[in-house]
Amino acid sequence: MSSYTLGILMLAGINLVAVLGLSLLTGFTGLFSFGHAGFMAIGAYVGAFLTVSPARDIPGLGLPLIVGVLGGGAAAGLVSWLVGRITLNLKGDYFCIATLGFGEATRLVFNNVQRFGGSRGWPLGATRDMGDIWIILAVDVVAVILVANLVKSRHGRNMIAIREEELASQVTGIDVFRYKMVSLVISAILAGAAGVLLGNYLTFINPKIFNLTKSTELIIIVIFGGLGSISGSVLGALLLTALPEVLRFFEIWRLVFYGAAVILIMISRPQGLLGGMELTPSGIRKILAERRARLALRAEAARETAEGGSR
Amino acid sequence: MSGILEIRGLTKRFGGLAAVDNVSFSVREGGISGLIGPNGAGKTTIFNLITGVYKVTEGTVSFRGSEITNLEPFRIADRGITRTFQNIRLFKNLSVYENVLTACHMSARYTIPEALFRLPRFVREEKALRAKAEDLLSIMGLTERRDVQANNLPYGLQRRLEIVRALALDPKLLLLDEPAAGMNPDETEQLMHLISGIRERFKLTVLVIEHHMDLVMRLCESIVVLNFGQKLAEGTADEIRGDPRVVEAYLGSGEN
Repeated sequence: MSSYTLGILMLAGINLVAVLGLSLLTGFTGLFSFGHAGFMAIGAYVGAFLTVSPARDIPGLGLPLIVGVLGGGAAAGLVSWLVGRITLNLKGDYFCIATLGFGEATRLVFNNVQRFGGSRGWPLGATRDMGDIWIILAVDVVAVILVANLVKSRHGRNMIAIREEELASQVTGIDVFRYKMVSLVISAILAGAAGVLLGNYLTFINPKIFNLTKSTELIIIVIFGGLGSISGSVLGALLLTALPEVLRFFEIWRLVFYGAAVILIMISRPQGLLGGMELTPSGIRKILAERRARLALRAEAARETAEGGSR
Repeated sequence: MSGILEIRGLTKRFGGLAAVDNVSFSVREGGISGLIGPNGAGKTTIFNLITGVYKVTEGTVSFRGSEITNLEPFRIADRGITRTFQNIRLFKNLSVYENVLTACHMSARYTIPEALFRLPRFVREEKALRAKAEDLLSIMGLTERRDVQANNLPYGLQRRLEIVRALALDPKLLLLDEPAAGMNPDETEQLMHLISGIRERFKLTVLVIEHHMDLVMRLCESIVVLNFGQKLAEGTADEIRGDPRVVEAYLGSGEN
């Protein structure tokens, strides 16, 4: 594999970590966030501090990357808990606006903290190690398994119930605030971990990387892949990370084509590639069972109409 | 005599309007009670106050001897009060089975980490939850529709599914908000059998809001009548039927 292709794969893998978290929050729990780049930024800076060599201009602790990933994720998770305490009582759209504010505020904080390079950025000093693809893949696999296990448990079902009908969830004994919080914190941990990996990949971090466009990119991937689908998120992260590269042919117009491609797909398939479906053996069985049930229902309705007509 | 549910001086004001005004009544354990009254009498508001969906302005709600006034809705459900809604609120995009399975969640105790790593208690309890959901579906005659998406169900079955979902929490008290709304006489008749059936089978107490007077009179052992947010009368079906104030509230007085 050429290092160019490998690089795209690494970026897709990094995006996937953040997208999986956002998929849990948006696709399963039904909360839209336009601020997850903020959690990525927190992860990236904490991760850089943990991993950068102490001998650099801006010294770090020189710990291994995996410690950085865990530490960055934990820091983002902690911040999300504080953010959630204040904002999770807001209804739908208002929560969304609050996350937007959080994301931009976080970026501006890093812009103004000179200790970590401010707006000039922070050169992390290492050269890119293509072998890190294995670490990225390992984080991807662990994240996919954990998120999949969660959504197939009673806790995950409670989150889905909140997405479907919040009031009914409450009277069904679901602690809505708690499950929204759990969902937000897990999504922020994953975004933080992705931020660390992104910094490590780019060997340089800068607040501009984590702007509103980054948050939007993540949410586009989640919606494009399909709300409520982990396999959709995986597919979405791969396709939409690669798409701008495929479109390089169009040079400065490539992002216009990227936007057009996303619009076209959303018009032709509003539920996203795999909305509510999973490409796993049990997921496919479920799709087939629902299809059978729908057809049976339709056949029954047709029979009743026919009988009604002959009466 | 004290009942399973005791409502004392319950008041709810929206701004200056008292939607429920100093209402007291009690619901006898094991019975089927009715809450009736003309539109806007405050029946659904009382359900919302009992289940914590609205905050109580004044008064108290006690359930099985302890006060539950203004607890959060999920805690009240946990204490054993569940309900259905006048305008059905199912988890629309989920299958019939998933709707019930979700509501079974309180029969399991496994934690989030146990779920993340699929530890033994998760596997064991999850199996039990699935068995329970299948059981409920078969008792309530929904097994054949197991995989149908809730919003594709015929209307009558949607109402039934909402009742099954409420039963999945093993309630002691079931609140039904106009369960027969929009049903034809056949379906209403079936529903009546269903309600008395589940009362026997699940050993629970039922409080039902209903407009079909026929259904209320035949089903309910005791009836509370509301009008303009206040309690107008209380008694057995026969007492209520003969009460001139109730007739007036429903039909208007001769002078008007």
